[in-house]
Amino acid sequence: MRLVRRADAERARIPFTLDGAAAEALAGDTLLTAILATADHLRTSEFGDGRRAGFCWMGACQDCLVWVEGLGRVRACTTQLEPGMAVRRA
Amino acid sequence: MSATHDVLILGGGGAGCSAALHLALRGARVALFERGLVGSQASGVNYGGVRQNGRHPAELPIARRSREIWARLPELIGTDAEFEVTGHLKLARSAAEEAELADYMAVAREYDLPLELIGSNSIHARWPWLGPRVVAGAFAPEDGAANPRLLAPAFARAARAAGAEINEHAPVSEIAHDGALFTLTIGDRTWRAPVALNCMGYWGGEIAARFGEAVPVAPLAPNMLVSEPIPYFIEPNMGVVGGDVYLRQIRRGNVIFGSGRGTSDPAVPWSRPLPEPTLTAMARAIELVPRLAGVQVIRSWTGIDGDMPDGLPVIGPSRTTPGLIHAFGFSGHGFMLGPGIGAILAELVLDGRTDVPLHPFRIDRFALGSAA
Amino acid sequence: MKVAVIGAGPAGTRAVEVLVRAGHRPVWIDEAAANGGRIHQRPVAGTTRSHRDLYGTEAAKAEAIHALGERLRAASDWRPGTLVWNIRPGVLDTLCAGRHGTIGFDRAILCTGAMDRIVPVPGWTLPGVFTLGGAQIALKAQGVAIGARVAFIGTGPLLWLVATQYVKAGAEVALVLDTTPFTTKARAAAGLLRDPATFARGLALVARLRMAGVRVIEGGVPVAIEGADAVGSVRVRDRAGREHHIACDAVGLGFGLKPESQLADLAGVPFVFDATQRNWVPQHDRAGRTAVPGICLAGDGAGIAGADAAELAGARAAWAAIEDGGGAVDRGEVARLDRALARIPPFRAALERAFPYPATLAARTPDATIVCRCEAITAEELRAAARATHVTGGAPEVNRAKAFTRVGMGRCQGRVCGPPAAEILADALGCDIAAVGRLRGQPPVKPIPILAQAVE
Repeated sequence: MRLVRRADAERARIPFTLDGAAAEALAGDTLLTAILATADHLRTSEFGDGRRAGFCWMGACQDCLVWVEGLGRVRACTTQLEPGMAVRRA
Repeated sequence: MSATHDVLILGGGGAGCSAALHLALRGARVALFERGLVGSQASGVNYGGVRQNGRHPAELPIARRSREIWARLPELIGTDAEFEVTGHLKLARSAAEEAELADYMAVAREYDLPLELIGSNSIHARWPWLGPRVVAGAFAPEDGAANPRLLAPAFARAARAAGAEINEHAPVSEIAHDGALFTLTIGDRTWRAPVALNCMGYWGGEIAARFGEAVPVAPLAPNMLVSEPIPYFIEPNMGVVGGDVYLRQIRRGNVIFGSGRGTSDPAVPWSRPLPEPTLTAMARAIELVPRLAGVQVIRSWTGIDGDMPDGLPVIGPSRTTPGLIHAFGFSGHGFMLGPGIGAILAELVLDGRTDVPLHPFRIDRFALGSAA
Repeated sequence: MKVAVIGAGPAGTRAVEVLVRAGHRPVWIDEAAANGGRIHQRPVAGTTRSHRDLYGTEAAKAEAIHALGERLRAASDWRPGTLVWNIRPGVLDTLCAGRHGTIGFDRAILCTGAMDRIVPVPGWTLPGVFTLGGAQIALKAQGVAIGARVAFIGTGPLLWLVATQYVKAGAEVALVLDTTPFTTKARAAAGLLRDPATFARGLALVARLRMAGVRVIEGGVPVAIEGADAVGSVRVRDRAGREHHIACDAVGLGFGLKPESQLADLAGVPFVFDATQRNWVPQHDRAGRTAVPGICLAGDGAGIAGADAAELAGARAAWAAIEDGGGAVDRGEVARLDRALARIPPFRAALERAFPYPATLAARTPDATIVCRCEAITAEELRAAARATHVTGGAPEVNRAKAFTRVGMGRCQGRVCGPPAAEILADALGCDIAAVGRLRGQPPVKPIPILAQAVE
């Protein structure tokens, strides 16, 4: 899967890292948007049933938690991407 | 009026359900009464520790007996209730606490409890994720943890299969003794038996009082939390000298920990964890395992246990009523003992004796008597 | 009197408006950075899209709510970015910017909103499957479509609305599958005409999709969402029993809405089973008052009634709080609100009849399908726990099933799997859905981080 930008794509680009690799997203992106606009999943289920990429996008299902250096576990769909964030999916 | 049963068991927690099974297996006619569903209060919503380490010496013989049963759960009740032998690590955060651990080594030897004292250097080498405040630990390799939500219900199901009558949604409100038999009435049904086991946890105090031997039992609602699953790294079940925090991780990844007390109203019954002990538990958990900082807590909970002034349960025959045997007031650490208590109660009922010394738990150690 | 308004959607915003007008300075709390709620969620800063682009026919309402929000920020004790994770008598426990805190209150108006209600479809945990609400927020708030070729599956007005918004945004919509047959909707039409404007909007959506050449199946069922590591296709069955295999890279899934009523639960508000919504809702009177002194409810969190009703209910609940606090009440205004609110339930009932939650589909979730996505618990595990022969004995209600299987025990605390889990359990037990009860709430209502912070 991959998110497709349909509007407001003319925004400043913001660098971050995803699992140590350099990545880029747009100012105003949530972490969920930032990750899924460049990668095909957001985390892996702890119980062996495969990958996940969030679900509800409104802070309810809690299926989009990722690690952010210095912040701990963070809900991607309600967290704004900040320049230089180091995001880990596992 | 003749007896309908051999034994009435009041309360469907771990002790009551285990007693039902042990009695039924030996052919006794048993009827158990539980206000809600079996294992609903302290037995079902506790921390899940299966710990001998650090127990009061008086409790160790029961704990040793119970530990044997924990090992046999699959054959006894068809499930291990997720019991895993992870070892229990009791931690010291100061020299004084370390001295306390050292003192306990003699107790452990006396009761044949395998226990290893681990000093500051080796403890951090062995469990490198422990925080810098930890200075020593006592490791009991036989201990572990289990899923409290499964234990009492599984005992009850096995007891039922062995012929015991398990009555749920059956509150004990009318019970009387005529000198020979207890008569328990619910609606238009009555049960009569020469023996009644009081396994009602906090509410066991009401039964004792009704038979003229009130005890100072108070409600206890331990405040517990569970985190989201994170990669498994904390193997031992952990506690501290003084008991102000306890913490373990299950193999699925969730970290279960607790500290302090929630709030409760046993009359409803109703209980609720409180934010202050929840936040305190977090701070203390980070002190033990700094790596937990920033991990999300997904739920907190509590339940109602009976707390005795000396922290020891009441176990043994009533001093006022022949045939009444108490086993309540486990003061927040009865989950591990439950299976053994059931076996011991079965012996008291059917053999009139047990090898486990029960003197420290006698009900008349409290002076309230019938004055209440 | 200190009034706390929790939530800054249509209900919360109108509640604060009334309170401020009556001379109060309420503390106003929302998890988001700005007001609007989910329905009027704000776009990214500096968007080039107009309100009309973003909110369609609801643009004027969104604009009004947003403008009101700007004005009320200074007039209230506005606390954006704040999660209320617990409520107890007189105290809210909060998390803001990584700090735990508390906020005292005399009266609280809970305007906690709603989320999508789900049926677990095989493959629904695959990357690329989002709720309908999520698919809408993606487009509205972030300017992204959830995929290049999207299938929308479910039922309810939101299904058609989101699909239309995707078409309008230039996304390819591979399928709209509504589990409700056209005939069911037609039968409910008489009731829907109680609100002709809304009804007309609904018809226009369907027409627009068909004109755009979107494949529409009404009265069908989803069979599976397929793909190895992400969505690759969906298999669906139409009303005639024919199976269709449709390629897509994302799915929007949702079967109506459910209240986010966790705080009301923790506050001790009694719940009742609402047969129309086929869900448990916190009990309240038309003014939003509950059996718990000082606690009022408004908006979809009190039972799904839609955004227009939420605005009315928010204002009404604020007047109730003012009145209960001994303040002067604008009787004419209250009477107007009461009359308008009285018109809501019949229309709502018709809408529920028009787009019923597919209970049978949920109850028959295939054995191997995950029901609880947090804990990865399958329908089979849940059904096994219902049997008397289960090693712990059978679970007669949902909390017991949760205790035995971990259904509803994960990060979301049963928000997502609660309704379908209840359907599966009731079906396995052969009892009425209301008889299996509802999952009890436990704090925190959403995850809170383990912090070293001293207790304040």
